[in-house]
Amino acid sequence: MGTNQPLDPKKRYQAGVLKYAQMGYWEPDYEVKDTDVLAVFRITPQEGVDPVEAAAAVAGESSTATWTVVWTDRLTNCDKYRAKAYRVDPVPGQTDQYFAYIAYELSLFEEGSIANLTASVIGNVFGFKPLKALRLEDMRLPVAYVKTFKGPPTGIVVERERLDKYGRPILGATTKPKLGLSGKNYGRVVYEALLGGLDFTKDDENINSQPFMHWRDRFLYVMEGVNRAAAQTGEVKGHYLNITAGTMEEMYKRAEFARDLGSCIVMIDLIIGYTAIQSISNWCRDNDMILHLHRAGHSTYTRQKNHGVSFRVISKWMRLAGVDHIHAGTAVGKLEGDPMTVQGFYNVCRDPITREDLPRGLFFEQDWAGIRRMMPVASGGIHAGQMHQLLDLFGDEVVLQFGGGTIGHPMGIQAGATANRVALEAMVLARNEGRDIVNEGPEILKDAASHCQPLRAALDTWGDITFNYTSTDTSDFVATPTSA
Amino acid sequence: MRITQGTFSFLPDLSDTQITAQIEYCLQNQWAVAIEFTDDPHPRNTYWAMWGMPMFDLQDPAGAMQELKACRDTYPEHYIRINAFDAAEGWETVRLSFIVNRPSEEPGFRMVRREGAGRTMHYTLESYAVNRNPEGERYGREQG
Repeated sequence: MGTNQPLDPKKRYQAGVLKYAQMGYWEPDYEVKDTDVLAVFRITPQEGVDPVEAAAAVAGESSTATWTVVWTDRLTNCDKYRAKAYRVDPVPGQTDQYFAYIAYELSLFEEGSIANLTASVIGNVFGFKPLKALRLEDMRLPVAYVKTFKGPPTGIVVERERLDKYGRPILGATTKPKLGLSGKNYGRVVYEALLGGLDFTKDDENINSQPFMHWRDRFLYVMEGVNRAAAQTGEVKGHYLNITAGTMEEMYKRAEFARDLGSCIVMIDLIIGYTAIQSISNWCRDNDMILHLHRAGHSTYTRQKNHGVSFRVISKWMRLAGVDHIHAGTAVGKLEGDPMTVQGFYNVCRDPITREDLPRGLFFEQDWAGIRRMMPVASGGIHAGQMHQLLDLFGDEVVLQFGGGTIGHPMGIQAGATANRVALEAMVLARNEGRDIVNEGPEILKDAASHCQPLRAALDTWGDITFNYTSTDTSDFVATPTSA
Repeated sequence: MRITQGTFSFLPDLSDTQITAQIEYCLQNQWAVAIEFTDDPHPRNTYWAMWGMPMFDLQDPAGAMQELKACRDTYPEHYIRINAFDAAEGWETVRLSFIVNRPSEEPGFRMVRREGAGRTMHYTLESYAVNRNPEGERYGREQG
């Protein structure tokens, strides 16, 4: 690796083009500091490109470097500001991919700004020509940096205290069809589902203010349904009112209307951008509002294993940016998600300290420094017949959302909701009694259905439905790939 | 109606054997079991009356079941719930809460609408039982 050695200053700053490794972006002996921001990238170098040089290039382009030597480096404390690639490992089972570990000095980043963090770390490097593909796999955010963010405005503990719901996953459903319902008909779906036993209902990601249903109409009818259901059940109920809009001004307007109608929660989509998310998170803190994030758009960059940003990194950014709920996958449902990989996302959301766990895709230990826990949401193609698997995979601290599995019930929406709630409570009861729910699950559900006709009908309709496709975003560190 | 607060309200009322098993689970998790009761089950009534303090040093579910029996004997027509409190760092909250006694008749809640400008509506829930009678005389007849 002689040519990867840094040069002496005189040669180093001669005008011209040097290898990034020679410019000082490769430092295999570097001792990581507790205050460093760490990143691990999966790099796929172009043929003939030395992986070490490729790693150094990523470090360079995501920190101080440009393609050529600049003398103005010497006006700065450039040794400190240069990111350092310090380790390059071949990816197990792959011939052309490498994990490149890079350390960034803390002062490279503005406090409390996901926009600034991401502009550096993913800003410029992903289209870099010497690489065929690049993926940001994981990050370690130092405590010193974590403490510059406020994190989730509510968090799991306070959310549960506000909702008065303990000891079981929260139950939700997304209103369907996702487009076309009038405000009045939409509120009907909400009312029926909440009355039947759900805790929350939800707007879908693309429900904003369309010709068939303007936002004020939706908010008014939905809150009528929420409050009616609360009165008839004696439980706290809620509906995630999606306040996503074209401008922040419009979003604040919608948020304030939701608050004034007595909603306990509002919802945003990931596509509004990191800065907008941080702003609305501040608003939620000031107004005691739970903040639900739908990860709309994420699969464009999280799904393919060789290029993009892993969802575990997005989860970390969102916990810092400050959302209370985040869609994090179901493993058993209709959408992409290898069970262990998805469990890794859940750990990121919920742990006080996330431990290194390579089979779950967690490359670093992450201390969350007391920042609140984020509630993961499992949504998309799940049904009552999977209750034992869902409870086993994710535990209690999750929102399980059965949209089609509630609204598509043969006996109606209310019955669909009841089926899900009974299945859930029966499974939690059995687990707490020490029963082996993974193996006895179907039997437990059958027994519960004996006193619940809607559950019987749900099991008859969907009991055998599975989505067994091979996942693309899987663990690199387990011998046999897991499947749902 | 049936108030569906608590972890297991959609199941048939739990037997004492089932309640004992849940308490056992709480003790395994080192959660402190507590008994609370009320005749004002409004969903925003956070503070039900405490039947003594949480049983921090309880070893055997039988102790809690004994307390539950005493509470039921005194307040057969009240809502009674079992809470499990987790003092672990980062939780420090209730982890399980389920109803173990309810009045023989539950009249439920009335939703009051107050219409405002621009079609806005302010909603309030009122308990029929609470509006009808003062505390202690709301459900059925009970001594004590």
